[in-house]
Amino acid sequence: MDPSPSPPEPWSALDAEGRLTAHELLPSGDDALDLHRAHRDMVLARRLDTEAIALQRQGELGLWPSLLGQEAAQVGAASALHERDVVFPTYREHAAAWCRGVDPVDLLGLFRGTTLGGWDPHERGFNLYTLVIGAHTLHGVGYAMGIVRDGDVGTGDPGRDRAVLVFLGDGALSEGETNEAFVWAAAQNLPVVFFCQNNQWAISAPYSVQSRVPAAQRSQGFGFPGVRVDGNDVVACHAAAHEALSTARRGGGPTLIEAVTYRRNPHTTSDDDSRYRAAAENDDWAQRDPIERLRSHLGESSESLRAEEDRLADRLRRGCRELPVPAPDSPFRHTFAELPRELAKQLEEHLAFVQGQQA
Amino acid sequence: MTGTAIAHALNRGLRDALAADNKVLLLGEDIGRLGGVFRVTAELQKDFGESRVVDAPLGEAGIVGSAIGLAMAGYRPVCEIQFDGFTFPAMNQIVTQLAKYRHRSGGLVSLPVVIRIPVGGGIGAIEHHGESPEAYFAHTAGLRVLSPSTAQDAYDLIGQAVRCDDPVVFLEPKRSYWRKGELDTATQPSAMDSARVVRRGGDLTLVAYGALVPIALEAAEALAEEGRDVEVVDLRSLSPVDDETVVESVRRTGRLVIAHEASRTAGLGGELAARVQAAAFYSLEAPIVRVTGHDTPYPAARLEADWLPNLDRILEGCDESYAH
Ligand SMILES: Cc1ncc(C[n+]2csc(CCOP(=O)(O)OP(=O)(O)O)c2C)c(N)n1
Repeated sequence: MDPSPSPPEPWSALDAEGRLTAHELLPSGDDALDLHRAHRDMVLARRLDTEAIALQRQGELGLWPSLLGQEAAQVGAASALHERDVVFPTYREHAAAWCRGVDPVDLLGLFRGTTLGGWDPHERGFNLYTLVIGAHTLHGVGYAMGIVRDGDVGTGDPGRDRAVLVFLGDGALSEGETNEAFVWAAAQNLPVVFFCQNNQWAISAPYSVQSRVPAAQRSQGFGFPGVRVDGNDVVACHAAAHEALSTARRGGGPTLIEAVTYRRNPHTTSDDDSRYRAAAENDDWAQRDPIERLRSHLGESSESLRAEEDRLADRLRRGCRELPVPAPDSPFRHTFAELPRELAKQLEEHLAFVQGQQA
Repeated sequence: MTGTAIAHALNRGLRDALAADNKVLLLGEDIGRLGGVFRVTAELQKDFGESRVVDAPLGEAGIVGSAIGLAMAGYRPVCEIQFDGFTFPAMNQIVTQLAKYRHRSGGLVSLPVVIRIPVGGGIGAIEHHGESPEAYFAHTAGLRVLSPSTAQDAYDLIGQAVRCDDPVVFLEPKRSYWRKGELDTATQPSAMDSARVVRRGGDLTLVAYGALVPIALEAAEALAEEGRDVEVVDLRSLSPVDDETVVESVRRTGRLVIAHEASRTAGLGGELAARVQAAAFYSLEAPIVRVTGHDTPYPAARLEADWLPNLDRILEGCDESYAH
């Protein structure tokens, strides 16, 4: 038996030619997506990505996971957040971080090796990147439990109600922890939205290695809705995230969103994707570029943002090289709330050694 | 015997912690209506409600992982893992996430999570219900590891663990749950990372923790009849480990025997031995002796009595030291 006779076509609002359909399903008023802003965010996030790859090639970064092709999914989802919502990202959510106001230079530190974090998670409601696949899905669930206990869900006060947005990849669906997160979120009806960017690949493993059914269908077995949207359509991604986040804030429980998209660059700058996939597949998805699609809708030229892009690029290049190397005592200071005696001893030894090296 | 059982002292400690701070939550399998399989959380859900004392789905990664998220949201979760052998599905959350987040965030994010685990042998349990996982945690930077041996310590340490801004792995020796002792909830507890001399003595230092502390005391009494004068130290904190108290003791006694249930290789005894020989080499009159579990899995319950360090094996260890 074929478990999935005909996976539903992902839902789109902007068709391939950039025509806007499905008006009645889109959020309106204050919640409507600002298309010009979305365009700007996608263009700048792409430039951030391009510059980071260049910095990696120049030896300034050890590694970079590129988001090329996933701008619409991330900008669509992140633009549906309210200020008090909280995001739990993986490691490729540069556009989401950008939309959330995380300083883009700070995104580079983890990959340059100057930090293991890089920003204050509380300041922007944007947690640190997670490199252990799936681990953070449970952190999102726990945070959502906190929101429920704080009484910040279902009050009807838009200044108070909050939700959690958890980003994950298609590979993460196979991890036990992600499945535990789904169980917890469902059983406790938590205000959490799982936003899966199904970019078709988990390093070299195609989606068929993870699952026989579309990602969106996974939620059914856990008892909450799953929706499948065109991940290269920023309008559809925004609408789906808006709907799911509003439901969550209202007390309506979790949603899994599958944004069907494609990772156009190798997994990271260290990966060789020619060993596992055909260039033609990539070309095919390049035809569905999310930025071009919105541009043809807006009738906007790519020139309009050029100066701003260049300023961002300059800032990244300069900022990257200027990222401070943390003081040699910082691992000791930030391992426990207070320095235990043993660690104080080790710190003393270490500092003496470091000073000896410098002398 | 009068006094309070360790399980009741823990229950009292958790109750006081829940009452003192409404950010404190308990999470675990069967901890609500049942009160936990060891009843440590008995009656707490009834008195504090289902949202403070949460019956978790069956999933250890879920328990620890969601506790991390709760801590990020400003709560102070106390997790219960039902048995030591079931901690391992949560090891990823404990090691890669919980232990490291403060460090990764440059000190910006505290994760005040307590993970309570009933540990050790001696109750005739079936497989995976008796383990001594302390070295995994002690080896992981960013975790504090505590193990009480008396009702007073159980009460004091659980309260301190809940108030602590660091993640604490709290190892409850399961065969000691029903051991009774004096409990005064009003005394000022000693620092939670300090070891305690539980018996003064002058010619050998015997170090133990958790369930082996009372057995070490028995050994000291038995040796006293032979004219030996054994000092017994209860470590209480396995990480950071208070080697200063042990070193200070060995400087006076000249001999050290360390007893633990966990396997010998890369166990805490080895760590302590290294530290003591580095700090008190010239005070030692004999090689340091370790009396430990063996480098095998915990055996079937019927073999446990001989496999675990017991009174006789500890006495033998002391004799070995005195023989030099
Ligand atoms: C627990 C864990 N196992 C393995 C890895 C190595 N790894 C890094 S990324 C990756 C693939 C992840 O794929 P997916 O979840 O689809 O996210 P994507 O990288 O495509 O955005 C793997 C196997 C890891 N980081 N964590």
